[in-house]
Amino acid sequence: MPDTSAERPRRIVARREGPLLVEGPVEIELEDGTTVTSDRFCVALCTCRRSRMYPWCDTSHRKHTPTARPASDR
Amino acid sequence: MQPVATRPVTEPELPPSRGEISAAVIAYLRGTGPLPGEAALAGADPLGDDLQLALYLCYELHYRGFAGVPEAREWDPELLRVRAALEEPFLAALRKGATRHEHAADALDELLVEPVDGEGVSHFLQDKGELWQLREYAAQRSVYHLKEADPHAWVLPRLWGRAKAGMAAVEFDEWGGGRAERVHAQLFADLMSDLELDPAYGRYLDASGAEALAVVNLMSLFGLHRALRGALVGHFAAVEITSSPGSRRLAKAMRRLGAGPAAEHFYAEHVEADAVHEQVVRREVVAGLLEVEPHLDADVAFGVDATGWLEDRLADRLLEAWRSGRTSLRTAV
Repeated sequence: MPDTSAERPRRIVARREGPLLVEGPVEIELEDGTTVTSDRFCVALCTCRRSRMYPWCDTSHRKHTPTARPASDR
Repeated sequence: MQPVATRPVTEPELPPSRGEISAAVIAYLRGTGPLPGEAALAGADPLGDDLQLALYLCYELHYRGFAGVPEAREWDPELLRVRAALEEPFLAALRKGATRHEHAADALDELLVEPVDGEGVSHFLQDKGELWQLREYAAQRSVYHLKEADPHAWVLPRLWGRAKAGMAAVEFDEWGGGRAERVHAQLFADLMSDLELDPAYGRYLDASGAEALAVVNLMSLFGLHRALRGALVGHFAAVEITSSPGSRRLAKAMRRLGAGPAAEHFYAEHVEADAVHEQVVRREVVAGLLEVEPHLDADVAFGVDATGWLEDRLADRLLEAWRSGRTSLRTAV
C-alpha cells in the first residue's frame, strides 16, 4: 500500500456516539506507558471507556435492551 | 511472518444426495444422468434439504467446484436454467417470510441494540456450551468461513465511489490485509485444527443441515445477481454489525473450554475487526450506495431482514437439538 501520510493529513472520523475512526497503521501509547499497534486500514478507538479490549472499540457503547430475543441476539 | 501450511488445492468430493432434485443435479455433474424435471422442481420445499443442497452444488461451481466435475459446467446453460428454477422459490420464501422493514436505516438500527439477557447460540455456547457443541458449531460454520468474504467480492464491480472504496477496504481486511496467514478463512482453518476438525474445504458439507446451507446460499444468491446488490450490501452490514458482540461471547466459550489459542484468536480478531467493519459498512458502503442509488433502500433492508431470518432458523435448529442433548448435525464429525 502506498504511504500517503506525507501527502495529506491523516483522517479521523469523530461522531457523538461510537468510536473514533482513525486511518491505520497506528501506534497508541497508553496511560501505563505500554504501546499497542495496529496496521489495520482503519482502527476504531473506544471513547466510552467501556471496551473490554481498550483502546480498541468492541461495540460496548451500544444501547442495551432487556428484550430476550431481538434481531441482534446471535 | 508466520508460514502458512500450504497444500495443493483439491476440489471437494460431491456429497451424497438428499432427495430427488439434489440426486439429479449430482448425477448431471457426474455426467451420469439428466437434470431434475419440472415435476420434481415444482414440489420442492424451498428451505428443505433437497433444494438447498441442489442450489449449493450449483453455486459451488463458481467457487471451487467438485472433484471429477468439468470446470466448464459453471456456465452450462441447462444447469443455469435449473439453478434459476431453484433460486426463484428460495427468493420468494425469503421475501414472504423475512421482510419486516421498508428502510435500511430502520432495519440496521434494530441490530445496533444489544440484549441484556440474550438467548442466542453465542450466549448458549458462552454460558453452558460443551466442547462437542463448539465442534458442531464450527463444523457447520466452516461451510461459510472457509470462503469467508468471498461471495461479497462479487458486488465490487457493481458499486461506485464511497461504497466501492469502503467495501474494498473491508474485504482487504477480511483477506488478511495482504498477509496469507491472516486471511480470515485461514484463521478459521486454524480454529478447526485446534478443535480437532478437518480443515479441508467442503469437508463438512454433508454434516450441515438445510438451515446452515441456506445461510451460505443466501450470500451466493445475493452476490451473483447484480439485481440483488442492495440485498448483498444489507446482508454484509447485518453480518458485520452483529459479529462483534457474538464473537466476544464465542471467544469466551473457546477460552472457557480450553479450545486452543487459534480457536480463541479467530473470534477475538473478529471482535476488533468487525467493530471497525461495522462502522465502515454503515457509513461508507450502505450510505454510499443509497446516496447514488436511493431506490435500493428497501433491497438493503430486505438483505438485513433475510440474514436475520435465516440465522434465527439456524439458531433454532442448533439450540433445539442441544437443549435436548442431541446432535445438530446430519452426520457425526
